[in-house]
Order: sequence, then C-alpha cells, then structure tokens
Amino acid sequence: MRKFLSTIWSTKGLARWILLVGVVITVVFVAFAIFAPWIAPFDFNQTRDAAGVKFPKLQSPSGTHWLGTNDQFFDIFSRVVWGARTALEVVVISVLVAGVIGVPLGLVSGFIGGWIDRLLVFVMDALYTIPSLLLAIIFAFLLRDALGGSIMAVALALAAIYVPQYYRVVRSTTVSAREATYVEAARAIGAKPTTIMRKYLFGNVVQSVPVLGTLNAADALGTLAALGFLGLGIQPTEASEWGYDLSRALDDAQAGVWWPALWPGLAIILLITALTLVGEGLNETLNPALRRRRLLPVRFPSKATPTDPEMAEAAK
Amino acid sequence: MNSPTVDLIDGQVTEPGAPGGPVLEVRDLRVWYGTERGPVRAVDGVSFDLAEGEILGVVGESGCGKSTLGRGLIGLLPDGSNRDGTLRFQGTDMLALKPKEQHAMRGRDLGMIFQEPLTRLNPLMRISEHFSETLKTHDKSISKAEIERRSLESLRVMGIPPTRFHAYPHEFSGGMRQRLMIALTLVLRPAFVVADEPTTALDVLVEAQIIRILHDLRANYRTALLLITHNLGIVAEACDRVAVMYAGEIVEIGDAREVFARPQHPYTRELLRSTISLSTTGLNYIDGAPPDLVEPPPGCHFHPRCPDAMKICASRHPITRVHPGGSLASCWAADAREGLLADVPVVELEPLPREEIAVADEA
Amino acid sequence: MSSGSGSLSRYLVIRLLLVIPMMWVVLTVIFFLLRVAPGDPVSAAFGGRLDEHALDVRRAALGLNRPLIVQYFDYLGDVARFDFGHTISDNRPVLDVIREQGGATLTLTLGAFLFALLIGLPLGRLAGRYRDSGADAAIRIFGVVTYAAPIFWVGIMLVLLVVKVFPGWPTYDIASPITKFTVPPKTHILLLDAVLSGNSDALVDVLKHHVLPCVTLGLLLSGVIIRLVRINVIQAMKGDYVEAARARGIPERRVVRRHAFRNALVPVITVIGLQVALTLGGAVLTERTFNWPGLGTELIQYITARDYIALQGLVTFFALIVVIVSVLVDILNALVDPRVRY
Repeated sequence: MRKFLSTIWSTKGLARWILLVGVVITVVFVAFAIFAPWIAPFDFNQTRDAAGVKFPKLQSPSGTHWLGTNDQFFDIFSRVVWGARTALEVVVISVLVAGVIGVPLGLVSGFIGGWIDRLLVFVMDALYTIPSLLLAIIFAFLLRDALGGSIMAVALALAAIYVPQYYRVVRSTTVSAREATYVEAARAIGAKPTTIMRKYLFGNVVQSVPVLGTLNAADALGTLAALGFLGLGIQPTEASEWGYDLSRALDDAQAGVWWPALWPGLAIILLITALTLVGEGLNETLNPALRRRRLLPVRFPSKATPTDPEMAEAAK
Repeated sequence: MNSPTVDLIDGQVTEPGAPGGPVLEVRDLRVWYGTERGPVRAVDGVSFDLAEGEILGVVGESGCGKSTLGRGLIGLLPDGSNRDGTLRFQGTDMLALKPKEQHAMRGRDLGMIFQEPLTRLNPLMRISEHFSETLKTHDKSISKAEIERRSLESLRVMGIPPTRFHAYPHEFSGGMRQRLMIALTLVLRPAFVVADEPTTALDVLVEAQIIRILHDLRANYRTALLLITHNLGIVAEACDRVAVMYAGEIVEIGDAREVFARPQHPYTRELLRSTISLSTTGLNYIDGAPPDLVEPPPGCHFHPRCPDAMKICASRHPITRVHPGGSLASCWAADAREGLLADVPVVELEPLPREEIAVADEA
Repeated sequence: MSSGSGSLSRYLVIRLLLVIPMMWVVLTVIFFLLRVAPGDPVSAAFGGRLDEHALDVRRAALGLNRPLIVQYFDYLGDVARFDFGHTISDNRPVLDVIREQGGATLTLTLGAFLFALLIGLPLGRLAGRYRDSGADAAIRIFGVVTYAAPIFWVGIMLVLLVVKVFPGWPTYDIASPITKFTVPPKTHILLLDAVLSGNSDALVDVLKHHVLPCVTLGLLLSGVIIRLVRINVIQAMKGDYVEAARARGIPERRVVRRHAFRNALVPVITVIGLQVALTLGGAVLTERTFNWPGLGTELIQYITARDYIALQGLVTFFALIVVIVSVLVDILNALVDPRVRY
C-alpha cells in the first residue's frame, strides 16, 4: 500500500495534474456528503422554513435559496448537497459489492480454467449483450420488490451490472499472469495452488482493480442518475437524488425554466469527470508503459573540435 | 575501391563502372534527438562518400547509431530530432531543402528497405495498389499500362510471378514480402537506397537470397546502397566498403577486405573476434555495453571498454587518419603503432589503469 | 490462398451459427432472472387489485401455473418463432409493440449514429493526427464531457437553448399531432411513412422533430467515437507501413488518409458495433427526455405497470438487436479487412 501511494506521489507531468484535479473535486464532493447537514441550509425533504412558511415554488435563485427552488418546493442547493451523500453511498456500496464478488470469481475462474471457466465466460459474455442500463433496470425492478426503493436496492442493482466487468478484467489478468515465468517457477518449487493464488496472482491482479473501480464508480454514478430519471431509482422520500430531480425538471425546461435542471446535472458531470480523471491518472501512473517520452527540440552547439581537414580530404 | 572486387556470390570478378562523382557526400553529419535529459547524440560527426553502384556496409552493436544514420541520410526522422553538418545528394544540399521537397525526393531518389517486412505493407491495400500509389505520386501523368508494365518488371526482377500482382500482403511469406518491399523501392529506380538490417527478421536461406538480390542491384540499377547490418558475414559477402560505428561515430572505414584482414581500431578487431563461425571454439565478447549517448565518455568513446586503452584515450578524442592499407580510423593506439605520437608525452601512452576502466564503465 | 467469395461465405455461415448458442444463453439468463425472482408476473401486475381466485384464472390463462421448466422450453420455442409473448397489463402481442413503436426508436438511433459519425470521425482524426496540440486538448475535453454528462441532462439543456434561441422549434414528440393524423401508417416508421405519403410538410415536420433527440443521443456516442478514433489513429500513425509509405515519398495527406486512417477504422468499426448496447440504453433515456413514442417509452410504461412478460419480451428483443448488429459488424469487418477472410 505504501508503495502504491509513493508511486502515485512520484508521478510527474500531466498524469499528476489529471490525478490532482480529479482528487480535489472528488474530495469536495465527499466533504459535501459527509458534512451535508452542516453545509446544506435545509433538509433534503424540507418544504417549509423554521417558521412553518412554505417555500415558494420554482423560485429563481435568491438570497434565501441560492440556487432557487424546484416544482416540489425543495431548496435546490440543499438537494444538490444531500444528493452527494446519496451518490457516495450508492457508489461505494455498489463498487465494493461488485469487487468482492467479481474479483474472486475472476481469479478462481482464470486460475482453475476448465469447463467452469468456459461456462462463466460464456454467461458473462451473454450478459454483455444486454444493454447495461436495461440490466440495471431489471435488477432495480426485481430488488424493489424485496427491498423497496431504498439506497441498498439501487446499490445492489448497480453492483450486479459491474460484476461481469471485474470478472472479465481479473480473469484475463489472471490467465496471463498464470503463464508468467515467476508463477511457473513457484509451481516448480511445489507451492500449493492456494498459495500461488494468494501470494503471486492476487498481488498482480489487484493492480488493475483501483483503475477499474474508479471508472466503474463514474459509470455507476451515471447509471444511478439514469435510474432516478426513469423513476426506477431511490424513492424521493428516502433520499435526495440528482437523477430524480432532473426528471422533475423536465417539464419546467420545456417552459424555459432552467435552474431546477442546471445544478443537479452540473453536480453529476463534475463528479463523473473527477472520477474519470482519477481513473485515467491512476491508469497512467500504474502502467508506466502508457507514459510517453517527451521529445524536445534539438539545438546544435557550435562544435568544440573543428572537423579534421585531413579526414575530409581522405574521405573522398 | 575502384579496383576490381571479387564477387563472392558469383565467384567472378566484376569491374564497377567508373563513377562520375559521389552520389552522396556526408561531412560531419550529426543527428540528435531531444529528450528531457538533454540531446541524444545518436549520430555525431560522421563523414563519408558513396559512389554510384557502391555498397557500403555499416556495422556495430545495437544502439550505436546505425539506424539513425540510415534514416538521417534520407530524412526519415521522428519529431524531436535534428540534423546538422553537410549532406549532399548528387550535389544538392539536402539539409537546406524544405521538408516537403525532401519528402518528394524520397521514393524517387532516395529509397529505404526496412528490417521487418511483415508489417511494412499496408494490410488493406493490394500489392498493385501499393505500386500504383508509389508510381503516381512521383509521376502524375503516368498511364495505367505503364504502371502495370513497370511494376511487373520490378516484380519479375525480384522473382515474384505476375499472377500475384493483385494479392494482399498477408498472402505472402516473410521472404516474399521483403522482396516485394525491395521491388516497391526499386520501381522508381532511386540512386541511393538505405537497407536497414533487411534480413534480420528472415531465416537463413531467405537471407542469402535477399543479400544476392541486393548485391545484384548495382548491375541492374547502378544503385548506391548503404547496407546496415550487424552480421559481418553479410558485409564480407556483399559490400565494397565497410564503416564500423561506435557511439554515434564512424571509428573505422575502408575497403571491406582490408578492414577485415587488418582492423586498425580495437573495436573493429573485437567485433570481428566475437563473430561466430564454423571454426569458432570459444565465444568472444566485448565487456560492457555501448555508452549512454546523452553523455558519452570523454576522449575516445570506446576507451572504457578498450583492451588497448592508454591514458591519452580517456582525455583526448582521437584524430581520424589514413592508415597503411588505406583504411581510415580514429584510434590513438593505431597511431602509436605507426609511431605518429612522437610529440605526445610518454606518460600519456601508458596503459590506462584498470580501476579507471571500471569506474568509467559504470559511468 | 486468394480471397475467393467461398471463404467469405463460409466465414459468414460460421459466424451466424454462433449466434444461436449466444442467444440461447441470453434468453436463459433473462428468463430465470425474471421468473426465479420472488412473486409471479400476474400477482406482480394485479396483486391487490384482484382476489386470489381471479389471479389463479389469469395465471392459468397465461400458462403460468405449469412447472417453470415447461414454461422455459415453451418460451424458447416461441422466441424461435419470433413470438415474444403477450403483455399482461394490456394483452398486446409484444411483437405488435415492437412493430408499432420500434420505428421511432430505429430512426432515432440511426439519426444519432449518423450525427455521431459525422462529428466523431473528423474530430477524432484531427485529435489523433495533431496529438498534444491545442485542438487535441479541446477535442479530448469535449469527449470527456460528453461522456460524463448524463444524456437526459444534455437533452434538457438543448431544450432550454432551443426554447430561447429558436422559439417554436419542436422540442418533444416525433411529430406534431396534425402530421400523426394525416400520415397513413404503412410501415410504422413515421419518417418512412411521411416520405411515402408524398406530403412534404409532414416530412419536414418529422425531420424537424428528429433533430434535437438525434443530436442529444448522437453527442453521447460522438464522445465514444472521438476517443476511439483518436487512439486508433495515434496507433496507426506509428504503424510500420505508415513510415514505409513516407519512405516512398507518398504525400503526408495521403499517408494520413489512405494508410493511417483506413487502418485505424478497422478496430473502430468493431468497437462502434459494441456501442449498440450503449446506444439502446441511451435511446431509452432520450425517449423519456423528449417524450419520444418508441420502445424505450413503452418499456418504462410496462415496468411501471409491473408487466414481467412485456419486460422480458422487450429486453429479449434488445439483446437480439445487439447480437445481430455484432454479426453485421463482423461481416463488415470481413469486407473491409482482407485478413479476416481467410
């Protein structure tokens, strides 16, 4: 872990900036999520102020409501801040669950091989032909019956669609690592399969997981918003969710009212971009092969030793 | 080099025609790459001439600037590189040309044959399309019939049947693809061709075939050829002259038989000793590796690895001189053997102490 | 050795045969996912509204009281005959839903692809050729943002823009009511029907309605295409044959166009084909955004009605489209790249 961090710290050039910008924006949103009750002026489902007076509907940005209010009388700024908390919870749960299932599955499948491996590859390939949003819709639909429109239901639905991705990446790394000479050598000296898997393969394979994890987190965020937008996500009474707010803003947009739509969308874009930057930055840092040697223009100094006249003569 | 040379392939003596002045004049050519650590001096002060129909072999270890020299001569260099010195092709100053003018000369006047024939043809284009594209680029008004006639003629010389003219690259073997590349290079009859390790990726039988084809070029096309290789056997078979490169410089150049028989530079000698032949009983190699070309060692670049190194070698760059037999070499030890260093203090001619070798080697 | 048509057709047959096991796995996954889940389709759709006896009657009518394995084989047989079942909530054949609503989705996705290719190919090529230039940086940022921005948000923003700048330009639905009323439904593809009707006003109206949704969905795809084309052009520019072409003095413009770009397109075709799944997902969101009367809108309505069979049928159909397109892409690849054929 310390090696991992020091590699990141020693990154130079563009990759470092990409990583830095991504991390900073992500940290801001994480702070929103953690300190939402203190940052947001109102609760996410609050429609009346402390005196019991109802908020105005669809009020444009003002002193009390910095980003305005939407058609449900909610304060948009508070909804955006609370939305960060929802997004973070869903993304963290879904990426963790997907990783916990997908990584060992890929590791074992790739290491053991045989018919189990082939069957799993076939099933995962088949799942790829179903558009991931539709798969998420199906899982959200099914889990809704069991868990209601809760954060957990949506998080698990998202986890389900990322399992095949972890499986694929980890399996292919495992298969290529299995053939690597150092694993061959470990086997030759009689290491047990479990030891090989734990000590040699896992360490190797796990390198690709942080990159995939961040990129999946970015994707999960988009899918979460999509589910919310389609009305299949988290119940509006459970938590504030950006995608749901955008679906409410749809009709207002047709009427030319811009503030309910602008801010939740910007929040989504910023956080997805930030996570993508972290992923790309990590990728470039952890795979030195991707780094590009920079070429600089060449200037010739005047030569210290003049050309030997004899040589020019003799060369002819 | 105008004396009759024994053609080792045909086993007969051939008389090269009297050349009307050099095709290529290279004086103090430098090709550097810019990097964050400073310029890489891949080619650093190289001079030679090349006559019509002449084959010059360039040998040396990997990373000594052979390929960069070849590419530098025809201007096929990556971004971030620069050339300096004098480079005249048929009297034209190549370094003064605009990039576009230089580009237009490639193919028509300057050709290149590459190391890996498998990947050098566009996989989506038929062989015929490669030829017509090349011919049309350099002669807009050329007729279809003329394209076909010239392409098939070029293929025939390379022993490729006309029935394969419309095939795709992947339908040919490696050796055939290299012959295709040569046919494609020669269809425009360039006066100067660089062949960069043209046989390294091929098996031995095909190698002999390609070398024979290259060797026959001078009879068929009067092409001047720079043949880059690390196979000294090929040089002995096919080349008139040989240039030995080390750390971006030509350390020795001369008639191929003369250089092989009486190497003047210790690097040439060690390179020849490390060649494997049927009579080889033990493997010889040169200690260490070619130096970093960003900061090459001071004095003679070879001194850290040189068995003959003297104190002067570590501090002063040797002077290029003509040695008995006609070869040019830059080596203090060779000079000393001929008694040319009478005015150099004796202490400078003492062998370089061992420790210093180790230190310099590490640096 | 030579690339005869025989080897190409044999390749196609093999490729088509591979569709069957693939589709079978997809069908199986979808079926068991939806059926093994707790609750059966009928009680999901009507639970609480009908009493137990009425539910049983409906189950029997739909054959849902038989063992799951029997239903499974029935379902496989039906799909093999392109019968995707009847919806529970309004008892329509799913195939009718596809026939009547599929046209809108088809023209939306094709229009989006067209737009995405139109801006993605040249921009990606530009960015790849002039790598690390200002243009490259700007194009890459455009690519990242179009990928990060939720498609429905992009749609909303475009609506806001159009409402301000071109008031009166259609911002929702596939046509104005008058057009829908006057154009006779022959193919159920409204754009085609409008052409067939010879009514130019109707055609212009339908085309105008297509602009915003196609641009919205197309922007999402263009981000993917830009990234792809850029990276492949960079790869191809490093290709040995590109350097060899330069060594023959082929002009740089032609080197880029004929050698680098054409070779870069081969992997791009494959990956663009894989984006069909993404496109269909995006289409569902775009349809919801613009009130577009396509399959996505139907899908969401049936989900809201908790209609398992409709969901199963529509998802199966989407997966079928993805598989068919992947075959078409392979065929296209074989036509473009002579190496695939043998």
